[in-house]
Amino acid sequence: MSDETNAPDAERPKRRWWLGLLPLLVFSGLLAVFAYQLIGGRDPSIVPSALIGDPVPTVELPALKPDKPGFGPQDFGGGPILVNVFASWCVPCRVEHPLITALARDYGIPVYGLNSKDRRDAAIAWLDELGDPYTRIGYDPNGRAGIEWGVYGYPETFLINPAGEVVYKYVGPITPRLLEEEFLPRIDAMRAQ
Amino acid sequence: MTLWQKLILAAAGLMALALLAATPGMAVLPDEILDDPALEARAREISKDIRCLVCQNQSIDDSNADLARDLRIIVRERLVAGDSNAEVKRYLVDRYGDYVLLTPPMALGTILLWVGPFVFVAFGAVAVFVWFRGRSAAAATTGPKMSESAGLSAEERRRIDSLLAEDSSSGEDGKGEGGRG
Repeated sequence: MSDETNAPDAERPKRRWWLGLLPLLVFSGLLAVFAYQLIGGRDPSIVPSALIGDPVPTVELPALKPDKPGFGPQDFGGGPILVNVFASWCVPCRVEHPLITALARDYGIPVYGLNSKDRRDAAIAWLDELGDPYTRIGYDPNGRAGIEWGVYGYPETFLINPAGEVVYKYVGPITPRLLEEEFLPRIDAMRAQ
Repeated sequence: MTLWQKLILAAAGLMALALLAATPGMAVLPDEILDDPALEARAREISKDIRCLVCQNQSIDDSNADLARDLRIIVRERLVAGDSNAEVKRYLVDRYGDYVLLTPPMALGTILLWVGPFVFVAFGAVAVFVWFRGRSAAAATTGPKMSESAGLSAEERRRIDSLLAEDSSSGEDGKGEGGRG
């Protein structure tokens, strides 16, 4: 009698013990996902460029300065080219300016400036003060060309390959580390080809 | 009516008027609004589904950001030029990617987003089903004793019996003491 009544009860804990581990497993899984996002994951607020892999936008930009040309799609190709979106009112642009200058001078990469949503006199005064590293500067007072390029923050820097296609874009001021890790390896690879 | 009462009445009337006059805040500026009300309505409808890339969790219809204003104007320009709603969205997606849409498109990369909630509900339903089936299976294995003791297992039945026995004996003790006192 006692054996018969105990049998189903003894079976129960044996069948369900792993259920107790389930919360721990789920928690560990979540922990792994969060840790990955925190340590190695990308910043979710950065919007990947829709232009990657596409030819540069067809918009033609007039010159900012009388002695330096603007640029259009026909001015790309032949080698790696950077497009740097800047404005005189943009503080991070000022921060990254020495690095843009170093890229142009020390690495010999043509950098096209895209002066967006700026006043012409303010932009020229800004370049007079900080130096002008740009090969060409396009003037985009109402930001229309910026929208064609998918610009949503200042500064933004695009890397264009010798075929005239957008290869990489960074939103925000360039840092020395970013230069080392993202821009220079890509530029070197293009030059090696 | 005293002067104070009149003043309070006037203030209450003013407040009511102010509430009536207030309209919900809107980011669209008067100079952006199109003359054609049908086109303007379509522009508003499209704008509600376009993400402001600067603020990221607001639509361009809600956002006061500079870029949001530029995009609102572009939406209206495209509509005036004769684009369909889908073509206007396509124009923006070409430049800013799917991220610019507040309703993500159904694609391989977003399938989890769309199907996820239903998968979780289904998972929950299966879990509940398994749980109840497990209980009825356990009930079935205990056999006829279960049915005659109204859903209690033999072990539970035994505990209740012993508890009831304890209770009645202590109750008798209590009565006995009461009688003595």
